[in-house]
Amino acid sequence: MTTIHLPKTVGALALLGFALLLPLVIQDPARQNFLILILMGAQLGVAWNIIGGYAGQVSLGHAVFYGIGAYTSTMLSLKLGLSPWLGMLAGGVVASAFSVAMGWPCFRLKGHYFAMATIAVAEIVQVLVTNSETLEGAVGLSLPMGNTGVAAMVFSTSKLPYYYIILGLLVVTVLASWAIERSHIGYYFRAIKDEPEAARALGVSLTRYKLVAIAVSSFFTAMGGSFYAQKEMFIDPGSVLATGVSIKIALIAILGGVGTLLGPVLGAGILITIEEYSRVLFGSTGSGTDMIIYALMIILVAVYSPAGVMGLLHELRRRIPSLRAKAEVRA
Amino acid sequence: MTADLFLQILVSGLLIGLIYALVAVGLTLIFGVMDIVNFAHGEFLMLGMYASFWGFALFGIDPILSMPVTAALLFGVGVLVYQVIIRRIINAPMLSQIFATFGLMILFRGLAQFFWKPDHRLVTHTLVGGNVTLGSIQFGLPQLTAAVGAVGVTAGLWYFLHRTRLGTALEATAIDREAATLMGINGQSMFALAWGIGAACAGIGGALIATFFPIFPEVGSNFILIAFVVVVLGGFGSIVGAFWAGIIVGVIEVVGGFVVGPEYKTAIVLSLLLLVLLVRPKGLMGKA
Repeated sequence: MTTIHLPKTVGALALLGFALLLPLVIQDPARQNFLILILMGAQLGVAWNIIGGYAGQVSLGHAVFYGIGAYTSTMLSLKLGLSPWLGMLAGGVVASAFSVAMGWPCFRLKGHYFAMATIAVAEIVQVLVTNSETLEGAVGLSLPMGNTGVAAMVFSTSKLPYYYIILGLLVVTVLASWAIERSHIGYYFRAIKDEPEAARALGVSLTRYKLVAIAVSSFFTAMGGSFYAQKEMFIDPGSVLATGVSIKIALIAILGGVGTLLGPVLGAGILITIEEYSRVLFGSTGSGTDMIIYALMIILVAVYSPAGVMGLLHELRRRIPSLRAKAEVRA
Repeated sequence: MTADLFLQILVSGLLIGLIYALVAVGLTLIFGVMDIVNFAHGEFLMLGMYASFWGFALFGIDPILSMPVTAALLFGVGVLVYQVIIRRIINAPMLSQIFATFGLMILFRGLAQFFWKPDHRLVTHTLVGGNVTLGSIQFGLPQLTAAVGAVGVTAGLWYFLHRTRLGTALEATAIDREAATLMGINGQSMFALAWGIGAACAGIGGALIATFFPIFPEVGSNFILIAFVVVVLGGFGSIVGAFWAGIIVGVIEVVGGFVVGPEYKTAIVLSLLLLVLLVRPKGLMGKA
């Protein structure tokens, strides 16, 4: 596994080049914002995938890490005037510490039970934040408008800086995910997921590697939360800590393909596109149409393609040669 | 705290707890029979509430009187959901199972919003309206009716599972699917039956709750998390466990809300969930 696969590297660089040039072609701010939303979703999906995909521990409470990131960087910036660049890292560290404290007892739980525990933890934190005076409760926190520029990570004239920051964050998250996938930890994860008993018998400490997975996953999820706070300049429990946020993060990865490096990126592209277009086509939220489309999509993927869109693509690639062969036979 | 106040809190907790038990029995039945957690269970309740509401608004029928129709309708919905979706994911990875019922939850909410608007609706008068005063304590007649209904449904379900041929077959499937199949029990129809009965229980719950609770598309979310706590505490699959656990959760919620503050009610109940999961994952009366 030490050889670098040249075509893959070239493909990855081409993809990156495309992403770098895209907003220079698409200059409409609304469309640039749409691209930013896709990259934000992709970054969260890739981060979730590290624990939910590679290590197979289904978290339905990732909003808690997202919220920790958003609240940590925002509070540090409001109270201490700390730059969000550092606040982002601080949020990541706090979320990682929290995830380890949470994971240590919860990893004893299997399957549904673990998922349920993560929902409970996220809901409890949401209740606590909603009732916290220090964190302004349900009112939420606003970042001051005046302070713009790179150091403050606030940009009022153009969307471009936000685009490149989240693209950078996505690339770093994908690289971290890739490094884990290729390392011995990645093998252990797959072993834990597919053959937990065998892995244990071989002396793989399940809990230790699950803790590594959730620490890394929550770190990047929190950074995504800090980015959201900087972009929106306003956070409240409903926007960063709600169960809906957790579901969306997990769904992006599942839609694209759990346990694949770029599946979540694909998932984000599809999910955000459908979400935005159903909103445009069927009017604003409240009619329920966007929920219906969203739900049908979830059910279809769950029932017909547990491996997500990546699974469908693999299946297609596997079938095309055999179809070609058949065609040749006929000819 | 005076004795009267204490008694009042205890009775409120008991009444709300029985309602939680009512929502949870259907959920625990489905889980017990086929190891699937139904995230859309709160939406079965919501559909039951809307069925009661429309019966009242369009035909002037009291939710209590239309209850058999509501139960039958929801039985149909449960079987339909099983046949169209659940049947296909019985052997799928857990992730698919979670997301299939999660998708159903969002689908039902979306459909309710689309057809019936997000407005809060109320059944404005009912046969069981008003308050009851017993000495120094007071409580609503609708809540009392719902609590009595909960006891009735749980007892009925217990009788069905342990004293009838069909119920025993269902119970047998829950204990050991393979062995039950070898005894000539059709697993597929048992699963469909479990979904039908589970949904019907939620429907009855909806009819009873509709007499005193506002009705809106997302109303299920007020009950589903608590129902999970009840199911976990009672032991997955245990009807009797869910009954007692419902009461315990109701009392803890009301007492905790009184002591710590009502805004922390959910957090208290969910902490209980975490505690039970970590200390005694099989619950109070769970089998394994």
